[in-house]
Amino acid sequence: MGQAKKPVEELDHVAIRFAGDSGDGIQLTGTKFTESTALAGNDLSTFPDFPAEIRAPAGSLAGVSGFQIHFASQDIRTPADQPDVLVAFNPAALRANIDDLRPNGMLIVNADAFVAKNIERAGYTEADPLERLRDRFKVVEVPMTSLTREALRESKLGAREADRSKNFFALGLVYWLYGRPVESTLSWMQARFKAEVLEANLRSLKAGIHFGETTELFPVSFFVPKAKIQPGVYRNITGNTALAWGIVAAGVQMERPVFLGAYPITPASDVLHELARYRHFGVKTFQAEDEIAAVSAAIGASYAGHLGICTTSGPGFILKQEAVGLAVMAELPVVIVNIQRAGPSTGMPTKTEQADLLAAMYGRNSESPVPILAAATPGDCFHVMLEAFRIAVRYMTPVIVLSDGYVANSSEPWLIPDPATLPRTQVEYRTDPQGFQPYQRDPETFARPWAVPGTPGLEHRIGGLETEELTGNVSYRPVNHQRMVDQRAEKVARIANELPPVEVNGSPSGQLLVVGWGGTFGAITSAVNEARAEGRDVSSIHLRHLNPFPANLGDVLRRFEKVLVAELNSGQLWRLIRAEYVVPAEKLAKVEGQPFKVREIRTAIERLLGGNG
Amino acid sequence: MSAAATTTTAGRKDFVSDQDVRWCPGCGDYSILANVQKVMPELGVARENVVFVSGIGCSSRFPYYMNTYGFHTIHGRAPAFATGIKAARPELSVWVVTGDGDGLSIGGNHLLHVIRRNLDLQILLFNNRIYGLTKGQYSPTSREGSKSKSSPQGVIDHPIDPISFALGAGATFVARTIDVDANHIQEMLHRAHAHKGTAFIEILQNCPVYNDAEWEEVENRKTRVEAALPLEDGAPLVWGPKGARRGIRIHDGVPSVVTLADGDDPVAKGVAMHREGHESPAYAFALASLARPKFPLPIGVFRAVEKTTYESLLDHQVTSALAERGKGDLRKLLFAGDTWTVEA
Repeated sequence: MGQAKKPVEELDHVAIRFAGDSGDGIQLTGTKFTESTALAGNDLSTFPDFPAEIRAPAGSLAGVSGFQIHFASQDIRTPADQPDVLVAFNPAALRANIDDLRPNGMLIVNADAFVAKNIERAGYTEADPLERLRDRFKVVEVPMTSLTREALRESKLGAREADRSKNFFALGLVYWLYGRPVESTLSWMQARFKAEVLEANLRSLKAGIHFGETTELFPVSFFVPKAKIQPGVYRNITGNTALAWGIVAAGVQMERPVFLGAYPITPASDVLHELARYRHFGVKTFQAEDEIAAVSAAIGASYAGHLGICTTSGPGFILKQEAVGLAVMAELPVVIVNIQRAGPSTGMPTKTEQADLLAAMYGRNSESPVPILAAATPGDCFHVMLEAFRIAVRYMTPVIVLSDGYVANSSEPWLIPDPATLPRTQVEYRTDPQGFQPYQRDPETFARPWAVPGTPGLEHRIGGLETEELTGNVSYRPVNHQRMVDQRAEKVARIANELPPVEVNGSPSGQLLVVGWGGTFGAITSAVNEARAEGRDVSSIHLRHLNPFPANLGDVLRRFEKVLVAELNSGQLWRLIRAEYVVPAEKLAKVEGQPFKVREIRTAIERLLGGNG
Repeated sequence: MSAAATTTTAGRKDFVSDQDVRWCPGCGDYSILANVQKVMPELGVARENVVFVSGIGCSSRFPYYMNTYGFHTIHGRAPAFATGIKAARPELSVWVVTGDGDGLSIGGNHLLHVIRRNLDLQILLFNNRIYGLTKGQYSPTSREGSKSKSSPQGVIDHPIDPISFALGAGATFVARTIDVDANHIQEMLHRAHAHKGTAFIEILQNCPVYNDAEWEEVENRKTRVEAALPLEDGAPLVWGPKGARRGIRIHDGVPSVVTLADGDDPVAKGVAMHREGHESPAYAFALASLARPKFPLPIGVFRAVEKTTYESLLDHQVTSALAERGKGDLRKLLFAGDTWTVEA
């Protein structure tokens, strides 16, 4: 660093989007930048957005992969509506993302990729698509490919392989631009790559940093101070990792082995991958022949006394419903995780949506009540899993957990919980043959006993046929069926007795209450807090428990003049709330495969407050 | 688990549940149930460690009548439930009861995969070549041309043979027996239980209501000698009454009939010697292709070979992970890798 240091400008927050071909290593670049940013002590929120195709044709719009990170010196909850910086590796990435870049934002492009062939393939009709952007944005044209080649002049790698290091050049450049620590990336590279490739990637990363320091294209660099957030030890975590760890933790806290049945499906497969690594926690993972076998095996394991669980997404979830109905009838504890994606049918597998709530609620034949929980943030997935298993075992019932593609793949700094403070649920199997009845209910919870095979004197039969009260024998008696339907419903309803009351963000009563659930938490809370800061009379609640609802929900709703239910579907919670509480709730419904932007919720708030809030 | 304390079981009665059996009078299932109940106490497994798992159909009511643990699940999926039970608790003795519709139609995929994985459990497939509980539609094993409520002009599906299906899935133990032949069923149940791995038994079973006398030739003792080929390990493939004995020759995988005169040495005449333990399943496939009326129907063990079981490999992974990494520590997991501290 021979040159004089460039000036450093301090910022509160920055959002950067990396975009390129799905083969360009965009997700990797974004992930490394995120890890470095986490270690720099900023609060952050990420949004990976990629196509389902593994390698769509290079340079095509369909193949564009994006990764947005928002980081700040204060508490933030969303990946930001508009990036401040767009790093576009080719013309297609530019075209697919430029409309999101904030006015006067910074556009960094790989100038080498802006050749006629690529420009045309991206669908541009003009020869230089950057020309009309230069007035609106700070356009920085960096010949990343040639600079990378230059840096690797002495490498033994071929040109094609060398070019693949250019994402590390770009990463180095933005590391310099935002003063990110580079050490964790270096040690990760040492472990991940070998020989020539390691050498090439290290050189490219350093060349990117060095380029930033020396080039006149960037007169200043930036600095985002550490965030002032709750003290403690943090790590960066994605929703799917937190979910997998929550499952491991449930096994530890309940002192029972975990059995996961799963069939590969986007975006849930990561949970299977992660859990397959924890055999030393007694976790057994079973990659089943199909979705039905996955849930069936999990129920079989639960029947045998394990903590049975299965993880899936929309189409797979629907295939499991008959077996979930059996678990309702047989009253066995099993957790079914649906990491929702855009549908119907195969839909858009890598895009997010919240449209399986009614399927979870009503998607089985006949009267088949199942408790439903939803995770609000990536880190929340961990705690939701502990809660799901607690309910499953305490009430002897299947439990459905709804996550979504956005929560699953995005990441945030996570205050690591002290295992000693985590809830412990006592798990008891029935062992006493004296007076044993397979369907004798606990007077408080209505749960039947968990009598597992291998216990002498408790031999009994269960199944999907209607069961007689107490004995569990097959029964077609009309009165018995009515009674058992009622008891199964009552059992689930009783869960509400021990749920924490809904907490209102804002005032306990007023003009407008925004209601949300699942992965919209960040956008809704940010929008409501912004509006309150501007003096608007608006509050919000976020539901973790969707069946049963918390006992005080009706009271909370009725304390507001207007209620707005915001969700990424056509109005599913909205329907449930109107049906249950007969309140004239309005809806903000979106199904674009994308999370809410804060401003979309702000607009809806302003609309309902009629501009006089 | 509480498997340490075991129940002493005296006899058949201990395995009879208090539920009334509700199959039609004359159903082949009665005989199968009686024989399973007879064999159970002879296996040396405590009653509380026995689990019967079934799907949907007449045969799948079976668990309700066994005084063991029992789980009557959903249509076709019993092998998947059984997989979860056995993988979770390898010490349990798990029995799957299924039928030709449950096991080979709606549940074909699960049957394929449970066999392929070779979990140590027993699968009893009752084959009556008809859907009984839904009142008489043809099944995947129904003969071509056979008439049923859903095939008034005759079945146009080519049927599947359960034995070939199991062999194709890589079964390590495959046998066929007959509902009315008590001694043979009992022998097959003993063999299946003793086998380490998935033991698949096709039980030819009569449905007196919707497909009566489908297996009459082999059920009837008088015609059985002509219609059935008894399989005995190490003995030549010979059948027929005295004076009209014949043998099966297998050349290039294709079976043919060899007529034997009194005093002929079957092996010298080219008759195949039955061996359950051939490494290749080709021989067993050739046997499975023997069908009426051209050939006698083989009864007995087609194939019995050793292979590691799924649950033993899974348990091995758990124990070796424990040995290599020690018992999982939640604190270590949560705090591993890059973390940072935010000061108060």
